[in-house]
Amino acid sequence: MRVALYLGCTVPVRAMNYELAARRTAERLGIELVDLEGFTCCGYPARPLSHEAALLMAAHNLALAEEQGLELCTLCSACTSTLTEANRRLQSDEALRARLNTQLAETTGRRYNGTVRVRHYARLLYEEIGPQRLRELVTQARSEGTGADLSAFRFAVHYGCHYLKPAEVYDGFDDPENPHTLGDLVEATGAQQVHYQEEDGCCGGGILAVDPEIALAIARSKLDHIHVTGADGMVLICPFCDIMYEINQRSIERQFGVSYRLPVLYYPQLLGLALGFTPEEVGLHLNRVKFKGERK
Amino acid sequence: MADILDVSRLDPQFRAEIAAEPGGERFRRCFSCGTCVAGCPVAGQTDRYNPRRIVRMALLGMRQQVLSSEFIWLCSTCYTCYERCPQDVRIPELMNAIRNIAVRAGYVPPTFRQQAELLRDHGRLYEITSFENERRAELGLPPIREQADEVRRILVRSGVVEERSP
Repeated sequence: MRVALYLGCTVPVRAMNYELAARRTAERLGIELVDLEGFTCCGYPARPLSHEAALLMAAHNLALAEEQGLELCTLCSACTSTLTEANRRLQSDEALRARLNTQLAETTGRRYNGTVRVRHYARLLYEEIGPQRLRELVTQARSEGTGADLSAFRFAVHYGCHYLKPAEVYDGFDDPENPHTLGDLVEATGAQQVHYQEEDGCCGGGILAVDPEIALAIARSKLDHIHVTGADGMVLICPFCDIMYEINQRSIERQFGVSYRLPVLYYPQLLGLALGFTPEEVGLHLNRVKFKGERK
Repeated sequence: MADILDVSRLDPQFRAEIAAEPGGERFRRCFSCGTCVAGCPVAGQTDRYNPRRIVRMALLGMRQQVLSSEFIWLCSTCYTCYERCPQDVRIPELMNAIRNIAVRAGYVPPTFRQQAELLRDHGRLYEITSFENERRAELGLPPIREQADEVRRILVRSGVVEERSP
């Protein structure tokens, strides 16, 4: 299948490891990620300032994908929910779409007809390839001697808020209070999933710029819950969450006098290892804390 | 906060003003059960943020206190309360509705103004320089080209930022 890759603001600058692993695994799985010129911010940061500006920013990006007749594949969960929510509003409310299209024509020269679908890469993997097929491919890579054996490692899965919520815009894809899809994808790599307290907890990233102290305290709470399980690492799928748990992990350790040294992996990195890519090919040399399973 | 509320200073129109704002439509349904506070990750860390209290203050018409407060900016938009609220108040949307009104009334925290200026100047939250594109090239990733014109025109038209910083 062919989809437009929507990187957003954060991934191409602060999560190149994630982008690299997503591109590599997609290619291996027969998903063609098309880079389009002209994508801009999804509109998430404009929502507190102007509801309408945020909708227009989302519509601009949706229109770009529509012109190419492509579905949008996102990597950031905040982009996913912003684009999905805006898309839903524009698709279901013709009067709103007509009004915004007038403004869109004036500001960007574009028009959006409401025909694009938006899916996060992890959801695409779950729905288009599926855990069963992934498991077969992983087993095959292992029998060929390329895929990493991850069966000894236990991972704490972090879904992140915007991947599942608000649930009504995601057509019942997964249960926000008791999700399983990402855990299934982790287990498909041969690794084990370890459950922990408050799995659905927020990373705090939404208010990092407003009040870093509270944001880090929120992130710390989850790191504490994972730490007591003795997990070998954390797996996530959003660059905002990664900024909290990986990039700010040292700050949290210093601020609260604790020590985790918890490896944090993006799901496509884990999948990439299982499919036979080297750690460097999936950008693991860019991760802050080394994951033991990197050494085969 | 004053011990006794001076009712003569309340704005009875405030609840209608919020209800007319996209995202604020449902807030008069709130019956103050506190489910939002119970699951809130921010309220779990600090009593400076309490969504039930914010809704009560807004319903009472405490316009000035609500719009000038820091607490309306502390919702992390995790949507936990959104999923659990028995009255479907949709608090993250309500917070953005109240913030939109606050912005028009001239209350914009410096952080949000800076973000708006970044978006205006670069079309994205992070500037892309040759440094980023060199790093990307080393990893075999395609270059990113900034395109700011469309976003700038949207933000200026919506009154979020000036065409240029003063």
